[in-house]
Amino acid sequence: MTEPRDLVNHYHRVVDCQYACPAHTPVPEYIRLIAQGRHTDSYMLNWESNVFPGILGRVCDRPCEPACRRGRLQEEPVAICRLKRVASDFKEDISERLPDIPTQKNGKHIALIGAGPASLTVARDLLPLGYDITIFDDLSQAGGMIRSQIPRFRLPSEVIDEEVGYIIDRGGVTCHLNHRVDSLKQVLAQDFDAVLIGTGAPRGRDLNIPGRNDADEHIHIGVEWLANVAFKHVESIGEKVVVLGGGNTAMDCCRTARRIGGKEVIVTVRSPFATMKASPWEIEDAQHEGIPILDNHVPKRFHTDNGRLTAIEFELVRAEYDSNGKRRLIPTGEDNVVIECTDVLIAVGQENSFPWIERDIGIQFNDWDMPEVDPVTYRTSHERVFVAGDAAFGPENIITAVAQAHQAAISIDLLCRGLSLTEKRPPPDYTLVSQKMGVHEWSYQNSVANDERYKVPLIATDKALADLGTEVELGYDIELALREASRCLSCDVQTVFYEARCIECDACIDVCPTNCLTITHFDREQGSEDELRQRLVGPSKNTEQPLYISADLNTGRVMIKDEDVCVHCGLCAERCPTAAWDMQKLLYKEAQVTACHK
Amino acid sequence: MSYIITNFRHPLSPTNKLGFTRKDYEGALSTLCAGCGHDSISSAIISACFEMSIEPHRVAKLSGIGCSSKTPTYFLGNSHGFNSVHGRMPSITTGANLANRDLTYIGVSGDGDSASIGLGQFAHVARRNLNMLYIVENNGCYGLTKGQNSATTDLDSVNKSGVSNTFEPIDLANLALQLGATFVARSFSGDKQQLVPLMKAAMSHRGFAFIDVISPCVTFNNNPGSKKSYDFVREHQEATSSIDFVPMEKEITTQYDPGTTQEVTLHDGSVIHLHKAIEGFNVHDRRSALRAIKDHQERGEVLTGLLYVDTDPVDLHDVINTTHKPLSSLTESSLCPGSGMLKSINDSLR
Repeated sequence: MTEPRDLVNHYHRVVDCQYACPAHTPVPEYIRLIAQGRHTDSYMLNWESNVFPGILGRVCDRPCEPACRRGRLQEEPVAICRLKRVASDFKEDISERLPDIPTQKNGKHIALIGAGPASLTVARDLLPLGYDITIFDDLSQAGGMIRSQIPRFRLPSEVIDEEVGYIIDRGGVTCHLNHRVDSLKQVLAQDFDAVLIGTGAPRGRDLNIPGRNDADEHIHIGVEWLANVAFKHVESIGEKVVVLGGGNTAMDCCRTARRIGGKEVIVTVRSPFATMKASPWEIEDAQHEGIPILDNHVPKRFHTDNGRLTAIEFELVRAEYDSNGKRRLIPTGEDNVVIECTDVLIAVGQENSFPWIERDIGIQFNDWDMPEVDPVTYRTSHERVFVAGDAAFGPENIITAVAQAHQAAISIDLLCRGLSLTEKRPPPDYTLVSQKMGVHEWSYQNSVANDERYKVPLIATDKALADLGTEVELGYDIELALREASRCLSCDVQTVFYEARCIECDACIDVCPTNCLTITHFDREQGSEDELRQRLVGPSKNTEQPLYISADLNTGRVMIKDEDVCVHCGLCAERCPTAAWDMQKLLYKEAQVTACHK
Repeated sequence: MSYIITNFRHPLSPTNKLGFTRKDYEGALSTLCAGCGHDSISSAIISACFEMSIEPHRVAKLSGIGCSSKTPTYFLGNSHGFNSVHGRMPSITTGANLANRDLTYIGVSGDGDSASIGLGQFAHVARRNLNMLYIVENNGCYGLTKGQNSATTDLDSVNKSGVSNTFEPIDLANLALQLGATFVARSFSGDKQQLVPLMKAAMSHRGFAFIDVISPCVTFNNNPGSKKSYDFVREHQEATSSIDFVPMEKEITTQYDPGTTQEVTLHDGSVIHLHKAIEGFNVHDRRSALRAIKDHQERGEVLTGLLYVDTDPVDLHDVINTTHKPLSSLTESSLCPGSGMLKSINDSLR
């Protein structure tokens, strides 16, 4: 229920994609900039928020897309992620737009352990303020899992080099690569003002079933194997490959194997196909390359012949759910399936591991052997040690790491300036501006395109499979990008209501194509939202979407708007004789460390 | 300005008995002034036809000239339509109805179209009890020509320039009652809870069903002192009773306290429930309606709701004993029954 002080939060929730994005990137605004041909502006808006637009435009987990309002209108979401890539592909030189890195340092030294997205984001945020940054990483290049775990056919090196370069090549950063940190105590002893742990979740889970140790040479841990391929330590694999696991790493493994020698590559999953953890589009990409996915296959033993892997045996199961919704895999009783193979890739999950953190230096560990991390400040129980990214709360994704790192950077800055990490955190920044240009004229595109989602063009499969480094997706061209961009419903352009102007003529209710609006009586003290939803003009079944409830109108009734399926067409505001409705653009920006210095 | 409405509708939009959604009853996007009461009336017509599961192609919508008469473009886009000459909608509807009695006829007119240039036509169509729903979208001014006072502008109502009206108004509901209309109601564009069931009942009524709908003109007649503004009507509206309409084929499930509710059964079996009627009012008595209108008028109130209904009306087709089939469905054999029939007719006259 809406109270004035909550209005901005209410409006923020209405921008489904931005709200779902961990970093709250202003999605509709950057899509609008693409539609206007302002690719560089769009890129910079992204860069400010998510640091890696070119990378994320290819490999983001896209929590925004399942949230897209089009999904609730029984349609495919806007291709938000791939539009981000468009901004990156078509931008001009941005070097002049990057913030200056002062040569006069502020005297504070920060250590970042791991050179992945979390550490790089903290570096990006702190460098313009004059911090001196030292990065440690055990790989030979910066980028972390972006570089080691994501295959080049999804993310070319140049894109990583460019966006990592914007951070580490502009001064203020000392990189110690090929440098594995074995002791946090030693790092702390070097007198850094703060230390960030951004080491990700580097350890792939193993599968200890009979035969595992007999055939070690041809059984590989997925993430390690991907890193070895990325750094060219491994350049081939046998012809028959079985990939165990149903997550995104499994999808990367099978597609990589297909390119470096695997002729018959099969993915097997313990669970039913529908509950696979991999993103639907990654599953689709693997299937597109002719890779079968066998579900309900539980690996039972490795078959070996004189220390050579020959096959892997599976038990067939079906999933059953108890009354609590807990899943059990019940054997079907059919004969076990034996699949011949030369190599097996195990991609059944990742773990954090902190053998290098001494347990006696003031960092508390929890029951899962992870450091205790404050979910707001990202500080551990050690005053100067922070954690962000997968190392903080377990494996998530790049965009979550970036979002957490922005918060960690704020904390580090507050710490270095001797301020409270909780009380002095800056609030999010927002503007809410009317889009009215004249009578019935808006400065946003209010006519809603009914087009279906445009497919991203791909390179021919035979060409894609011929080379590990050939990017599969060609990306949208300008024309397609323009069409896809026009599918955006502009959910950031809010319907803002002014009670005092309303004459209760019902014009907005009558014209609303999706029946969002109702004028009715509602008792704020006694009334329940559930009961209210029964009385609205349109069906109001989606309780996850908020109701806007106005203050009292002249007749004592209130204006209710169910935000669920509003298409932001602006017809309510156009048909309003008194401008009680206005279309106002919310530009909401999550707080970053620079906000502390304004 | 947006001249196009998006194709998106609520994904859970209900369907009616025919499998249609409300969208199937919509028309083009309105070009009337924003906030015009007429748009609410269009919306009420859409709701009524959708909820009654009337096949859109079995409706004919007819109008004359004026803001009101533009509105048929904005509803029932899949129905038959005829935009006639100023004030002549009743003649056209009469002709259409005599040719095809099977359609549902909705005539939409305004206070200028019905109470000034078309007053004669209005009188005769009411008197003949033509089977139709006749809606007057009554805003008490000539909105299309910059808001001059009309024949229904109330005495002492102040117009936008601050001038009071000095002429007695024509009360069309009162007139319809006196002319013998068999279903008479008054409503307000801002009260769909009342307007939609009234329209449904009117379309189920076999005979001339008249609804005078007060429909504020936001541009020229929504100022303080106006007696047809949103605020004035809301403050001064009193209903004869609240109304529910239950179509013939639907089982009546709601139970009402017998002391407070009156059931009116129409000839087709549909039932109108009237709750909490005003003291001494009888919906079957013309004089009762006329008295109630006058009493409220004297108190400065606007009486709305169902004013009068004749549940056993004799419509124009009954009176002039027309064929029961639409003319277009008559075959050559029934139109030219042959010399044998001619002979028998001639013989009967000898």
